[in-house]
Formats: sequence, C-alpha cells, structure tokens
Amino acid sequence: MLAHAIFFYFFSILAIFSALMVITSRSTVNSVFFLILDFISVGCLFIMVGAEFLGMILLIVYVGAVAVLFLFVVMMLNVAQQKQSWFIGQKSTHIPSGLIVSVLIFLELLVVTGGWKYKKDVMSSSNLIIDTSITNTHSIGSVMYTDYVLYFQLSGIILLLSMVGAIILTYRKRENVKTQSYLKQISRDKSSAVSLKDVEFNKGVKIDD
Amino acid sequence: MIEIGLGHYLTLGAVIFFLGVIGIFLNRKNVIVILMSVELILLSVNINLISFSIFSGDLLGQIFTMLILTVAAAEAAIGLAIIVIFYRNRGSIRVEDIHEMKG
Repeated sequence: MLAHAIFFYFFSILAIFSALMVITSRSTVNSVFFLILDFISVGCLFIMVGAEFLGMILLIVYVGAVAVLFLFVVMMLNVAQQKQSWFIGQKSTHIPSGLIVSVLIFLELLVVTGGWKYKKDVMSSSNLIIDTSITNTHSIGSVMYTDYVLYFQLSGIILLLSMVGAIILTYRKRENVKTQSYLKQISRDKSSAVSLKDVEFNKGVKIDD
Repeated sequence: MIEIGLGHYLTLGAVIFFLGVIGIFLNRKNVIVILMSVELILLSVNINLISFSIFSGDLLGQIFTMLILTVAAAEAAIGLAIIVIFYRNRGSIRVEDIHEMKG
C-alpha cells in the first residue's frame, strides 16, 4: 500500500508538472515534449491502478501517433522559432475572465470530489462487473466485440471520417505536373491515333502537317 | 494520505482539467497549444472514467475510455489539418492574428 501511494504521488506530481509546462513553456516543441511526458505518466497511473490495456493503448495511440503528429505539424509549420512571451505585447482581454471561469470549474470539481459518496447497491444493476480471474485485456475484448460492437464500429467510422476529412482539407491540386492520364490513354481509338497516307514516288511524307 | 482512494484520482483529474482550461485562455502563442490543452482536458476525462471504473468494479468506464481515445485522435487529426491549411493561406497561426470573426 505504501508503494502504491509513493508511485501514485510520483506519477501524479509528474503529470501535473508536465501539464503546467505544456501551457507555460516558451517554445511549442517543448510543449509537445511535455505533453508526451504527461501522457506517459498518466499511462503509468492507468497501468498501476489496474487498467493495463488502456494504459498501453494510451501509450501507443497518444505517444505513438497523436503526439508525433503534433510534433510533425509544429516542425513543418516553422512556428518553433517564433519567440512569443506571455504577457508582453498587447494585453489579452481574455485572461481575467478565463481565470475566473477555470478557477470556478476547478472549485466545482473539488466540491464534487470531496463530498462524493455512492450508494452501496449502486453496482447491483450493472452486468459488467470486473472479473478478476481473467486479464483486463480479455475482459475488455469479451465485452467490446459482443455487447458494444456497435460502439466499436461507430468509432471505426469516426476514424474513417476523420481520415477522409483530413485528406480533403489538405489536398491541393498542383498545376504543371506531368502525370499519366488513364482516361485519355484508354479512350484513344484508331481513327484519332493513326492516319493513313498515300506516299507518292520520290517525294516522301511531310510529318509536320 | 497513504491510502489511495477514488478521491485522489478524481483530484488529479480535476487539476489536469483545470490546467487544460486555463491553458486555452492564457495562451498567447499559437493555436497548436490550444489543441494540446484540449488533449489535456480529454485526458483528465479519461482519468475520471477509469478511476470510477476501477473503484466501482464496473467495466463500462474502460469501454467508454476507448471511445474517447478514438474521438480524441480523430479530433487531433482534423484540428491539425485545419491548422495546416490556415497556415498555408495566412502564413501565421498566432492567436492574435486570427480575428476573422472579430471575437
């Protein structure tokens, strides 16, 4: 239990620190690196608390795909060198209202967290009680492909739509690029491609006309 | 303090949510940091769902966490595509330079 507490505090302080650094660090590349650190520490928390599959998925999906995508875009857009400081320059008018809203949200969440208690029989209506005799991956898989297969398919459709949307948004038709036109190739026929000439003796054929 | 319960995880989720919201408002740099703040908010929602799922012994929270992961990945892809085409058209993605809507 002591080890659990020590690891919890270590990873959660790491997560909070790196979340703070994401929103305050000077360069965007550093923000992305701290975002990766945040995902890793929260993934370790998930693994520690008993949701191993989701911890690993968090590492694979977020660190392996999303954060690398962020890094890719940051480096491609050349915003890494833009030096912007926080409060120097024009004052943003959003800061006081933003602080009020976010502090209010935080206090509300703390009130809910502090005074929260659930009824003892709240779980009796559920049919998804975690079975500790099989692994986490096994139990998620046995539920996800049977009872929740529609949600699974729906998430696949969402991913497909986002892929199509991203491709359509960033697609740019280039001019003056020589490419093969299959339609032109297969729609040629003999009458337009070949012309027969009568060649007179000792005169030859003029190609150009 | 030693006994780690549901409240600890919920507090961690609340703190990360708070940091994500404050990151959206305080941001003076570029739109990519706003997208990262949205990712932080979704991560805190995932923390809440998983801790409720574990501490109440119900698997449903983990299923929905998978759905949130999917939606977050799709949202990041679409948002970054929008940022790329905005940068291609305007040459800047600083927050102050984006004032088409006069907001």
